[in-house]
Amino acid sequence: MTIKQLLSRINWKGQPKYLHPAYTSTVKRAPQQPLIPLPHTLSELTGPVYGTGDIGPLDHDLSRNAVRNGQPIGERIIVTGRVLDDSGRAVPNALLEVWQANACGRYIHKVDQHDAPLDPNFTGAGRVLTNANGEYQFITIKPGAYPWRNHSNAWRPQHIHFSVFGANIMSRLVTQMYFPGDPLLALDPIYNSIADTEARERMISSYAHDVTQPEWALGYRFDIVLCGSKMTVFE
Amino acid sequence: MITQTPSQTVGPFFYDGLIRPGKPFIPTLVRDGAQGQRILIVGTVLDGDGVPVPDAMLEIWQADANGYHNHPADPNCAKADPNFSGLGRCDTVNEGRFEFQTVKPGRVEGQAPHVNVRVFSRGMLIHANTRMYFGDEAAANADDAVLSLVPLERRDTLIAPLVTTNGLPTYRFNLVLQGQGETVFFTP
Ligand SMILES: [Fe+2]
Repeated sequence: MTIKQLLSRINWKGQPKYLHPAYTSTVKRAPQQPLIPLPHTLSELTGPVYGTGDIGPLDHDLSRNAVRNGQPIGERIIVTGRVLDDSGRAVPNALLEVWQANACGRYIHKVDQHDAPLDPNFTGAGRVLTNANGEYQFITIKPGAYPWRNHSNAWRPQHIHFSVFGANIMSRLVTQMYFPGDPLLALDPIYNSIADTEARERMISSYAHDVTQPEWALGYRFDIVLCGSKMTVFE
Repeated sequence: MITQTPSQTVGPFFYDGLIRPGKPFIPTLVRDGAQGQRILIVGTVLDGDGVPVPDAMLEIWQADANGYHNHPADPNCAKADPNFSGLGRCDTVNEGRFEFQTVKPGRVEGQAPHVNVRVFSRGMLIHANTRMYFGDEAAANADDAVLSLVPLERRDTLIAPLVTTNGLPTYRFNLVLQGQGETVFFTP
């Protein structure tokens, strides 16, 4: 009998397919050939290790990290949560990178042509590391909804993009955080690319009154669950 | 097991969030003093019509020149090259093209030298995961356990030819997301 380290894998039941025709950009970009199952070698069991030296002092505070001549416009919010693996263990030192539109629904990116104002004091980009308990927190401005050209009168629900590096490269995740009660969720082909209801609703943050700070900002909680938890297998 | 958070596309506007100057978000994996043979990896991301994809992002992850990773799962972690980051990231704004400056990785657990490659883009709800092998490692490639899982007629999509030794040795690795010559992708 030998002991082998393996990582838990992506559960496709709760993940999107590459081809999702309602999101028209997938049509020419979705691989069509079957995926080949990748054995877990040291190449997969490892990944980048991040530390506090990779993060600047204001990287977690999007309401202050791009200030030029005043505060950014919009509703200040606190977003907090835990990064866990799918066995429920905390993932410390996970690197989260976030990016988002401003309160008017406009990205600073030069290809964003939405006719809404830029905010001179907001770039909408931040990053943060989880602590020993897998917890993170950042401060930002609630993003606005914005139109896109996927179909007639198409609008993205309010969302914050998240990129996550967990304990190994196989747990790599890019996702979006949505807000509770948004009427645009039901109409959004990207959100609805996840067929499984429980998995889909994992992308919706919850309003957290215990995180809300009086006279200052509303709080939202968003926990993130990664694949790639360590499993020991006897064969 | 608890329910995993689903993947969603990076969308078209990731540039200012993910492509930034400074560690660890750059296409250069080496610092002065890095061990091994410096190389360039260049290529283009193409869609199902053969059109370059200018709004993709690539990430590569690989062992150092001796086959070690600076990560606790690697028993040789302490020997990993401190001047080598292992992770690189590059956009494809310039007509779908990317370029990484790295070193040729050593062998990991007897595998042929390889680089793990992930592709993210608008229109991809979940990233694609592949491996790049080296065209001048025919003997090692022939013995590689992962390559042997790939149908023979598709294996060459994973093998990057050495296209120039004028200056840094340069390997060309095009990524075809769909259709004729589609790159072999593994489970992400
Ligand atoms: Fe977006």
